[in-house]
Amino acid sequence: MIDKTVPDAASAVADIPDGATVMIGGFGRAGQPVELIDALIAHGARDLTIINNNAGNGDTGLAALLATGGVRKIVCSFPRQSDSWVFDRLYREGRIELELVPQGNLAERIRAAGAGIGAFFCPTGVGTPLAEGKETRTIDGRQYVLEFPLQADYALISGHRADRWGNVVYRKTARNFGPVMASAARSTIVQVDQLVPLGALDPESVITPGIFVDRVVAVGERPWLRDGAFVGGVDLEGRPDADAGEEIP
Amino acid sequence: MTTRITRDELARRIAADIPEGSYVNLGIGAPTLVADFLPDDLEIILHTENGLLGMGPKPDQANLDPDLINAGKEPVTELPGAAFFHHADSFGMMRGGHLDVCVLGAFQVSQTGDLANWSTGRPGAIPAVGGAMDLAIGAKDVYVMTDLLTKQGDSKLVEACTYPLTGVGCVTRVYTDHAVFDVTPDGFRVREAFGDNTVEELERLTGLHLGGSLA
Repeated sequence: MIDKTVPDAASAVADIPDGATVMIGGFGRAGQPVELIDALIAHGARDLTIINNNAGNGDTGLAALLATGGVRKIVCSFPRQSDSWVFDRLYREGRIELELVPQGNLAERIRAAGAGIGAFFCPTGVGTPLAEGKETRTIDGRQYVLEFPLQADYALISGHRADRWGNVVYRKTARNFGPVMASAARSTIVQVDQLVPLGALDPESVITPGIFVDRVVAVGERPWLRDGAFVGGVDLEGRPDADAGEEIP
Repeated sequence: MTTRITRDELARRIAADIPEGSYVNLGIGAPTLVADFLPDDLEIILHTENGLLGMGPKPDQANLDPDLINAGKEPVTELPGAAFFHHADSFGMMRGGHLDVCVLGAFQVSQTGDLANWSTGRPGAIPAVGGAMDLAIGAKDVYVMTDLLTKQGDSKLVEACTYPLTGVGCVTRVYTDHAVFDVTPDGFRVREAFGDNTVEELERLTGLHLGGSLA
């Protein structure tokens, strides 16, 4: 019998060693596997490389992991946000390395790793500082940059429901990086709100098939989903960051 | 005398140029205002790069859902007919040329359509790019929504960008508070001037030779 479930978040992350590269799902706080991150903080692995779209919001989840000083490097597209003060401080103090990747290249490099692609030519970033030093090629009159896959030792992902084979469905925009990250790590660990019996998920609706998943832990309905105290990196005043990273000086 | 239109008027002006059936991405910041002026009786499908087509307006306080947000990480809603998808699919929609229009903010746009909107390159600034580069090269039409001048009075339309580029030759049209400009093989061409603006006055403000004659 295949049973990928583990009893709790602590045992799910217990073998993550120092120096590991860990993908963490989520866009802002939507889909951020907070319980797994908290378990990783308690576990205490150091010298980690983290791959995520952002670099933490507020003082919880990924930001709390960064605050431990256990992260050597972060690979992300949008670290600077109105509430990214933990990352901002570490970066300004030179205590964390940043690899900045355009968001779509981040997703596609992860997808490529999971799909066994050796590298790919991508039009995004051509002629910009983020393509400097990279191989380029003109194909059918258009210029492309060579991008390499991004893989990880572990992926920590937040899904909505899963079964013991590791089939996962997500909830709304919390899906974001989950499916591609699940495919790109040697060990994929998924936290879900609810574990369901085998056969309860409609096979037509499974988003991440269990072949990509190694461990599943049910964490119960995420309290922050309901309590209203925390709405996921959301600015209720409707004043989000500008799409550019900085103000004009 | 120069006249300028407001942000809301500019958003309304952009919305009027988006035909029914378009798949549209509105960048974070001012471009999100355009959604408020899309006519209710037209089916225009909004894409948000974190994984939703068919994005609806902001919910009321009782219906906030942390799992349902837009690219600016603000709460949104899903309309009937909406679809969720993962990030690689979402950016494939851009890169693959499936998106009809995106509207982005800008620091500078060059007369060859280069866009600079993600970094001033200022030393010590924390760089952040997000999906700006993917959007810039992905949509069939890339519209820029911006003030014509910076707070210091410098033109954001320039001969060549001095800030780090987001994309090369990607902008098709620039909507500013003074006028609308098309990017053509011969540089900027005034498509429409607001208020008392004339081509000559816009040339004075931008320091550029502008094509176009206004009736």
